[in-house]
Amino acid sequence: MLNMQNVTKIFRTDLVETRALSDFNLHVKEGEFVTVTGPSGSGKTTFLNIAGLLESFDDGVYDLDGENVRHLNDTQRSRLRNEKIGFIFQSFNLIPDLDLFDNVDVPLRYRGFNGSERKRRIERCLELVGLANRMKHLPAQLSGGQQQRVAIARALAGEPRFLLADEPTGNLDSKMAHSVMQLLKDINDEGTTIVMVTHDPSLAREAKRNIFVKDGKVSDVTHISASAPEPIASISASGARHV
Amino acid sequence: MFNYYLRLALLSIRRNPILSALMVAAIALGIGASMTTITVNYLMSSNPIPQKSDQLYYVQVDSWDPNEPAEEPNEPPEQLTWTDANNLYAAQKAQRQVIMATTAAVVEPPSQDAKPFNAYIRLTTNEFFPMFDVPFLYGGHWQASADKGREQVVVLSRKSNDKIFGGENSVGRSLRLAGRQFTVVGVLESWYPAPKFYDVGTGAFEEPEDLYIPFLLKEELQLPNGGNTNCWKTPEDDSFAGFLRSECINYQMWVELPEEQDKQAYLAFLNNYANEQKALGRFPRPLNNRLSDVMQWMENRQVVTDDARVMLWLSLMFLVVCLLNTVGLLLAKFSGKSAEIGLRRAIGASRQALFYQHLVETACIGLTGGIAGLALAYLGLLGIGSLYGSFADNLSSLDINMVLLALLLSLISSIAAGLYPTWRACSIAPASQLKSQ
Repeated sequence: MLNMQNVTKIFRTDLVETRALSDFNLHVKEGEFVTVTGPSGSGKTTFLNIAGLLESFDDGVYDLDGENVRHLNDTQRSRLRNEKIGFIFQSFNLIPDLDLFDNVDVPLRYRGFNGSERKRRIERCLELVGLANRMKHLPAQLSGGQQQRVAIARALAGEPRFLLADEPTGNLDSKMAHSVMQLLKDINDEGTTIVMVTHDPSLAREAKRNIFVKDGKVSDVTHISASAPEPIASISASGARHV
Repeated sequence: MFNYYLRLALLSIRRNPILSALMVAAIALGIGASMTTITVNYLMSSNPIPQKSDQLYYVQVDSWDPNEPAEEPNEPPEQLTWTDANNLYAAQKAQRQVIMATTAAVVEPPSQDAKPFNAYIRLTTNEFFPMFDVPFLYGGHWQASADKGREQVVVLSRKSNDKIFGGENSVGRSLRLAGRQFTVVGVLESWYPAPKFYDVGTGAFEEPEDLYIPFLLKEELQLPNGGNTNCWKTPEDDSFAGFLRSECINYQMWVELPEEQDKQAYLAFLNNYANEQKALGRFPRPLNNRLSDVMQWMENRQVVTDDARVMLWLSLMFLVVCLLNTVGLLLAKFSGKSAEIGLRRAIGASRQALFYQHLVETACIGLTGGIAGLALAYLGLLGIGSLYGSFADNLSSLDINMVLLALLLSLISSIAAGLYPTWRACSIAPASQLKSQ
């Protein structure tokens, strides 16, 4: 699904060069739920931006769903983002003037679906996140957790194969965070691949695999057993820890 | 997608009403000022008789002072002498020809209730009306025999007919003019050529005259001169006949020459005539006779004044200043939308799609500004009308062409003003905005 080999990203100013990612290697299989953790400034968000085709990279190979994205132009990248990737952001990023229906409608508009198809998808996705009865509400009329659910509905409306979430529970209290996390797990159970950046170790443990990023590299990979109550880390010969 | 972009544009305008109103006001002011002057220039320079303006020629023969031209650098006099006007007219060398002048006289309406009034009169020959496609409401023009016979017949303007006869069909009725009894043979339909091309010397944008009578009645009734009279030589005596025989110019002549060869033949005739006059001791200057078609004559007489041209350029510069302000306001507006633009980019909008979206928004603002600008232009033209009176009446009306031009100008201007802010907005790296909300 997602395959990065030796991906390098350097931010340059007149005086300073910062290696945000350095020989970053990661392979995410279809249907996986991968969390990405690491200290601030480790390169998590840069990885997510590159994975989501929001940023270019300087070196390496990145195949998304079998397609090398390195030399795609803006229109091709936009199309790929629209068709294959769903985004969930920490701060929800809903458009305040648009009601829930229209917020979920945004990616579908760029996809070129007709009115009835858009309506069907919007209603189904808002139903899925439990907000079908609030379609005409504005984002400001909802709680943080509800807003994030709308953002998830928007991400799902295009039926993407790949969901990228950047600290989706970062602005939520723990109860709402677990509710959103459960929703993401349900979505993953339906077959959607999810890569989620988080600071929260307890949420990281709920994924199938956790990637620990440090200094722009994958420094640790933890495979998590679904039944394990508490993580006890052990490092395998390959560098991966099985819990 | 256009409807979607339109909806987003209206939402965006509603989101920042003050900023949007400022942009609309800036565009409206620029469009209002420029459309006011463009309209005045457009009407000043419009073709008043497009169907035959290239077949009608104003006649000039150089009968002027041997020591200096009538006008620098070497222009023949603007008008003709009585002698030349009558000689050229009598030759009947063109398909149609007309000689004319203006005068004024007191009109005594037949009704005892109506007061006498001073009327502006055009002395002319019968072909004035068909040659200039003058429309008639009642009756028609007098015949050539009336010119020769110096008959006391009159054609009234519609306004005069309303004033004298209450708008009734007055053909066949009489009125007293300059102390003589005249018979009405025709009443014109409303006719306001702008510019008043056939005689720009008496004011290119003045109203046409109140009454029209045969040209030779000037001599018969010893009617006073109207318009500009210039002489390079003092008349031999002070009598009326002496003035008519003099080298003073006060008369205009137009000829209708449908083909180029007709024009060349007529010019040759004018040169022959000038040579004959030289033989008689007149026309001391070298041959310098002219035939100017309607638009050439308007250009020659500088119907579009330099002031109007300067005002036009100043107002266009003002429009540019207003647009620069709009650019600044758009930059502020679009930079406030960075997060939304970043989000739209992230979830699949291409730069091109966002460019169109914001172009539609800019066009909406521009069109609103254009409509408001039209209202301001209308007020501006009303202002010009009330400041300058009848001179400006014919110059201060917005026709459909001007309305369309205003909307087009506002659309093009606003889109031009919006290009840079839109381009900048669409160049936003989406990743940089997604954590900023």
